[in-house]
Amino acid sequence: MTEQELRSIIFTELRKVAPECDPASLTPDENIREAFDIDSYSFLRVLVGLNKQTGVDIPESDYGKLSTLATMTHYLMAHLP
Amino acid sequence: MGEFRMPSLGADMETGTLVEWLVMPGQPVQRGDIVALVETQKGLFEIEAFEDGIMGEPLIQAGQTVPVGTVLAMISSGTEAAARMDVQAEPTAAAESPVEGPTVPQTAAPLTDLPGRIACSPSARRLALELGVDLATVRGTGPGGAIQRSDIEEAAKAKESGAAPVVATEKPVAAAPIQPMDAATSAARMRQAIAAAVSRSNREIPHYYLETEIDLSRPLQWLAAENQKRSIQERVLPVALLLKAVAKALRDVPELNGYWLEDGLQVKAEIHIGFAVALRQGGLISPALHQVDKLSIGELMQAMADLIERTRVGRLRGSEVTDATVSVTNLGDRGVKTVYGVIYPPQVALVGFGRIAERPWAEGGMLGVRPCVTATLAADHRATDGHQGALFLEALNRHLQLPEEL
Repeated sequence: MTEQELRSIIFTELRKVAPECDPASLTPDENIREAFDIDSYSFLRVLVGLNKQTGVDIPESDYGKLSTLATMTHYLMAHLP
Repeated sequence: MGEFRMPSLGADMETGTLVEWLVMPGQPVQRGDIVALVETQKGLFEIEAFEDGIMGEPLIQAGQTVPVGTVLAMISSGTEAAARMDVQAEPTAAAESPVEGPTVPQTAAPLTDLPGRIACSPSARRLALELGVDLATVRGTGPGGAIQRSDIEEAAKAKESGAAPVVATEKPVAAAPIQPMDAATSAARMRQAIAAAVSRSNREIPHYYLETEIDLSRPLQWLAAENQKRSIQERVLPVALLLKAVAKALRDVPELNGYWLEDGLQVKAEIHIGFAVALRQGGLISPALHQVDKLSIGELMQAMADLIERTRVGRLRGSEVTDATVSVTNLGDRGVKTVYGVIYPPQVALVGFGRIAERPWAEGGMLGVRPCVTATLAADHRATDGHQGALFLEALNRHLQLPEEL
């Protein structure tokens, strides 16, 4: 999986919980939840979706490592099966 | 024999629009079956039958807006049904000649052919509504020309590709076209509905407020260990623990679980927690999680997920917005420390949770840092006094400190 493909998966999952937001407008270091007003339940849904699409297992203790676009992409790339 | 009425889906609702009948006259229904869709200021709701019986002819047609309490249809017990059908069909004859015993077999089939009705399964009707397909333009391929889900899907495809509708059958009298509300109107109406409810609350309910700080070290440690055993889909959020602890504390202090009606407190045996869900387009709905005290933490999390999903896509049942016996609001996700709630009448209490955050905690002569949450209680002073409120918050803390028993 290329970084480009992964980015598109992330955008798709974000649009599912925040349909009115444009993920392309995010800067790499912006906190995604704050930028798009995503609550903890919806954020869990994003992570569940990313797990399904990428196969990366994300333990709860790592949730904090996926808070920005840059760290999320980095984490998932590093853990791709 | 029962009257199926326009339900009151909240203290603020005066009228409702019958959007669609999902059950046909003559069809047997069971208590809890979804028989109609109703639109209110707060959106579209599925309305359930309250007893077993046979669905009578609709007295109110789709598209009509009527006051709360209006009889929409009769639901007859099996033996009465046939007689009622005769009365509906030929009112003058029935008035003169005594109605004889049930002679019509209790099957739905012959009754679906009534003029002006389109034979169509409830789930297909539902789909048609979702896809914006007018049933009158769909040709049914099911038994007796009944419209099936596949027919609706075909029609929707044809519509999307710009092709003309397959075949226009006779236009029914009953099916008024449903105009979906545009987002601005729907948001404005939602605002009005909330305004009506909170104004009434502030006008009528003498609120009192209590707050306490709860150390969440133990429950969160327990939850982290629990979540390690679970797949990501099955993981539980801390809010599920908070909700379960609220339910258990309400069992200890039942006076906070119920309604203030006709100058008296009606304590409810079942604990249905109205859980405030913010909608992305603005506004909020507090649908009920049923019998929270009887659910395991995993079940509660699933029920919550299901309820949040359905709230956000507008697929709630009428009973879910009417039967909450108490409410919980959780503003922790927004960084808020303390929330002082507005009680949703006729309920008598609202429990609020702020953000879970590390705070200084003094205990046993030592100062430490612990994950904490501020829990608040807004309660109706007509129904309870501060003493009971304090007992509730104490019980809430006690249950949270024993997470393995939640």
